[in-house]
Amino acid sequence: MFKTMGRAFRLLLAMTLLTGIVYPLGVTGLAKVVFPKQSEGSLVYKDGQPIGSVLIGQNFSDPRYFYSRPSAAGKDGYDAASSSGSNLGPTNKAFLDSVAQRAEKVRTENELSANASVPGDLITASASGLDPHISPDAAQIQIARVAKARNLSVQQVQALVDQYTEGRQFGFLGEPRVNVLKINIALDSL
Amino acid sequence: MMSNDFIQLIVFFVVLFALAIPLGLYMAKVFQGEKTFLDPIMGPLEAFIYRICGIDAQKEMNWWEYALSLLAFSFVGLFTLFILQLGQGYLPLNPQGFGGLKWDLAWNTAVSFTTNTNWQAYGGESTMSYLSQMAGLTVHNFVSAAAGIAVVVALIRGLSRHQAKTIGNFWADLTRTILWILLPISLVGGMLLVSQGVIQNLSPYLTVKTLQGANQTLAMGPVASQEAIKMLGTNGGGFMNANSAHPFENPTPFSNLVEMLLLLLIPVGLTFSFGKMLKDAKQGKVIFGAMLILLVLTLGTTYSAEIAGNPLVSKIGITGSSVMEGKEVRFGVVNSALWATITTATSCGAVNAMHDSLTPLGGLSPMLQMMLGEVVFGGVGSGLYAMLLFVILTVFIIGLMVGRTPEYVGKKIESFEMKMAILAVLIPSACILLGSALAVLITAGTSSILNPGPHGLSEMLYAFSSATGNNGSAFAGLNVNTVFYNIILSVCMLIGRFSPIVLVLAIAGSMAGKKITPAGAGTFQTTGGLFSGLLAGVVLIVGALTFFPALALGPIVEHLLMLAGKAF
Repeated sequence: MFKTMGRAFRLLLAMTLLTGIVYPLGVTGLAKVVFPKQSEGSLVYKDGQPIGSVLIGQNFSDPRYFYSRPSAAGKDGYDAASSSGSNLGPTNKAFLDSVAQRAEKVRTENELSANASVPGDLITASASGLDPHISPDAAQIQIARVAKARNLSVQQVQALVDQYTEGRQFGFLGEPRVNVLKINIALDSL
Repeated sequence: MMSNDFIQLIVFFVVLFALAIPLGLYMAKVFQGEKTFLDPIMGPLEAFIYRICGIDAQKEMNWWEYALSLLAFSFVGLFTLFILQLGQGYLPLNPQGFGGLKWDLAWNTAVSFTTNTNWQAYGGESTMSYLSQMAGLTVHNFVSAAAGIAVVVALIRGLSRHQAKTIGNFWADLTRTILWILLPISLVGGMLLVSQGVIQNLSPYLTVKTLQGANQTLAMGPVASQEAIKMLGTNGGGFMNANSAHPFENPTPFSNLVEMLLLLLIPVGLTFSFGKMLKDAKQGKVIFGAMLILLVLTLGTTYSAEIAGNPLVSKIGITGSSVMEGKEVRFGVVNSALWATITTATSCGAVNAMHDSLTPLGGLSPMLQMMLGEVVFGGVGSGLYAMLLFVILTVFIIGLMVGRTPEYVGKKIESFEMKMAILAVLIPSACILLGSALAVLITAGTSSILNPGPHGLSEMLYAFSSATGNNGSAFAGLNVNTVFYNIILSVCMLIGRFSPIVLVLAIAGSMAGKKITPAGAGTFQTTGGLFSGLLAGVVLIVGALTFFPALALGPIVEHLLMLAGKAF
């Protein structure tokens, strides 16, 4: 019995060294050489300072920017050190009320009619709370607002949305989408 | 839109089978000690490991020596992981300065990772130091997966050996599985994931000024290396709280495809290893067939429920999907439904969408798959050995019907095997139902509920099914980081893991000792589509009889009330 325990302990140590130290450090080293940008978080810089990651969504409340989806990460949303979904269930009244309120807000902000349909993703919280994307529909309905707030023509903003609408990866994987941070950076440099 | 969904599903399964079948044949070679292309690298490393650990890999073990070695290894791992988490505040590689975990959380997590469950009552990026993630959790992602595979290999030896006393050497099976299978695939998978944007660094968290001028702190860490084995070993424990929904764990639709492939590669491949090792490929295919039938049923249920959507949300007036709560735009409905199905078909439990926010029937089939005992491909190793228990039940039922002593692959199934198989099915089921019943009755159980109405019961049922099935996914609204849930779920995880393992090894030992008699004219053939159908039927009937009443009070009634327009 003691012999078995001893072997178990030694094998665990050997495996800890191999799979817990050598393997992750090896991948880290390799990743640093082969994919330096990705391994550090695909950061975006402005004037030499990192302003975020293209993979991680940010909060936008200024009407001059496209808005991201609602977020349940952290207290104010988009807390990238505290990822989380809302975990609200499909028949939870509190959830349904908040979705209805958000739909109202989207209609008011974008000057839509009272019974206009709104994109589902724009009024629901994502799984991570850090979703960097919105659906092309969700970008479309914000165009008029953004154009007005920036004194741009609707055509100019529309062109930007078309440019920043990503198709499915390799033509069939995933869903079409717009990266909110990327398009907002592009807006600022118009 | 729907047609594109089907293209994605078909591509996934075609690529999966194209990769898993050759892998299965390769794994059979590894388990039987035959020559492979990795021998020049791994051979010397293997010999070195045996030397420093004092292991004689040639020494065969009988079933209880095998079980004892496995238990010793698991419990040594459990206690060292427990201590590592308590003491992480004093250890290096902790740029965020996280303190030690509270005892009940550290215990729950140690049990969770050593039982291949990866239930997480904590948020990774706000709790664990890099050292705990790497030298603690990543290690157990490897070794617990390898231990599960070792058990099924031992069982296959038991089925294929003729009047033998032994079923292999646990240390050798564990070591060879890690060196020849898990480590090389993880390395390739990890690098593929980094190419898509999964992070891999030891940097401290980075605080940036966002475009709109707020502060945002980006969690960092050696994610990709853990991500690859998390999927490959059907572990499922996320580096981050949001698991594979987090863009740093799963940034693109392609990384999502890679992770789903990693997840099913070994469970699917093992059914082919099984056929190869028995020198009867049809025996593997028949089990593969039964698992596939069940997977198509559960995938169909989840996908169609999610496509049908939530009428309570639709009536607000929306375009696009009405069930995007808890989903990511880049994955959409189809990739979330597919993932939710396969992560619970196997005992992985990683999520790319929040299961608590799925539609009632969308959440039902993940729950049911865990209740069935994780036999729809199942965990690495554990899925196949649990399914082989159902094979024993099925041939027994057929034996009753045709009036002959039941046989499987030329070996008589007798009362000892039947008792062990029945116990291995009954004990986890009892654990799920009694545990949930207890939680419903006391405040410590019910006060953790987030969603009111029948969904609250579903949250508890899901937790006990997940812990007992060693899955690890959750209806995460339930607050499980309490002493009550941390302790009771750790007990479920231990029972759910080790009771079947010991019983399966007992069967392996008893089967190894039996004669192999060639099939006669009256032998019921356990190959072909008919047997696949019967096996899938037995799994479903046993599961339905056991769990239908509980499911009726949770997801089924919630579905009916949702259609009737009722909210809670």
